[in-house]
Amino acid sequence: MKNAIEIRKLTKDYKDIRAVDGLDLDIREGELFALLGVNGAGKTTTIKMLCCITQPTSGDALLNGKSIASDADEVKKIIAVSPQETAVAPNLSVEENLMLMCGVHGLDKHKAQQKTKEMVEEFKLDRIRSKKASKLSGGWQRRLSIAMALISEPQILFLDEPTLGLDVIARSELWDTIRELKSKMTIILTTHYMEEAEELSDRIGVMRDGHLLAVGTAAELKEKTGEEKFENAFIKLVKGGAV
Amino acid sequence: MRKMLAFANRTMKEILRDPLTLAFGLGFPVILLLLLSIIQSNIPVDMFELHHLTPGITVFGLSFMTLFSAQLISKDRTSSLLTRLYTTPLKATDFIFGYLLPIIPLCLAQAVICYVIALILGLPISVNIIWAVLMILVPSFFYIALGLLCGSAMTEKQVGGICGALLTNFSAWLSGIWFDISMLGKVFKAIANVLPFIHAVELERAVVIGDFSAAVPHLIWVLAYGIVLMCIAVFVFLRQMKKQ
Repeated sequence: MKNAIEIRKLTKDYKDIRAVDGLDLDIREGELFALLGVNGAGKTTTIKMLCCITQPTSGDALLNGKSIASDADEVKKIIAVSPQETAVAPNLSVEENLMLMCGVHGLDKHKAQQKTKEMVEEFKLDRIRSKKASKLSGGWQRRLSIAMALISEPQILFLDEPTLGLDVIARSELWDTIRELKSKMTIILTTHYMEEAEELSDRIGVMRDGHLLAVGTAAELKEKTGEEKFENAFIKLVKGGAV
Repeated sequence: MRKMLAFANRTMKEILRDPLTLAFGLGFPVILLLLLSIIQSNIPVDMFELHHLTPGITVFGLSFMTLFSAQLISKDRTSSLLTRLYTTPLKATDFIFGYLLPIIPLCLAQAVICYVIALILGLPISVNIIWAVLMILVPSFFYIALGLLCGSAMTEKQVGGICGALLTNFSAWLSGIWFDISMLGKVFKAIANVLPFIHAVELERAVVIGDFSAAVPHLIWVLAYGIVLMCIAVFVFLRQMKKQ
């Protein structure tokens, strides 16, 4: 299977701190890849570099053949991000938020209306379409946030802690949404929830101190560490270093 | 262009849907105009005659536009929405124009409302009023640039203090709207004359009475401030954008 993302020696320094240290990783097309790690592991910095928000200090990554170091404008055309916090315009309605994303991606009015209608139907936003984003519950805001990310029909989608702070039901509903997106595009997910990574991902990468400690399916990582529970496997990996 | 307009449309909606915009941006100058006109009708003061007062109030109202735009920009800087938008094909120029352009119609609307109220209160109808409304674009340019600068360089809390308190006071006390600035002494007058606020008011006053030649030096002064400030503001905005 073709690689959607090829990361080579990707490094990011912030003053005295090396946030990401020579990261090498391939992510396959259509794969849902989860990036796990404790706070400060380098997950968010990695995502920021892959999304062209932060420039790498050295190294590069190719996203469907386009370099984040030298071809950021082209990369931006094929990616979308649903950031850690809910990234919606609070005083705009659900529909207006979707139209905003259509507009910033250059869709004309007719196409924008059509695309907005599609997303409203797909994400079951119909009954709240006229409601201001600031008035929505956390779960609905996250759902809207993901719908906004999908407006541009991205080839690669970054979900940065998509279910952080949601209740069990809202999380379960969002998992269903993410499952539906699987295989339609390549998805990179960062999360602190072990069960989320295990439940949703095809493969999981575990980071610590800017390094990738291990990569594999949840079953492979459990087998490697000799643990039955994935959470224990993760703890063993992070405490013990690379396996 | 379409991408920038989509972002500008969002800026406009975010500002207009904040009730404080309507209350302070449009309502407060009108209330000031009405109150001072009532005082003028009871105790006649030259400064409060409508052809003298209205231009000053109109310029003073622009300081609220600085506050609103600076608040939105500083708030956006800490929000995930801007992070999301940085990953879209929007360019730096789209962000800058998307923040600046929506403020222009708001400044014009504010000027129109002030002059319409003044006409109702008895300001003589004249074609000069149309010129005065159009000429408000020059001080608007300065106040909009100041909004971009403050929004790019300060936190939301700092914007509230600096623009909300300091700027509105500077704009009120160093502009000669309510009293003759020479009453405060030579030093104060010299400071006021170096700053653009009094020139913005005098520019509008000259245009309202049709003395266009008197308006020119004030126009140059305010425009020069606006251009310099805009260059600094764009530089700071781009630097912050890169930093983020």
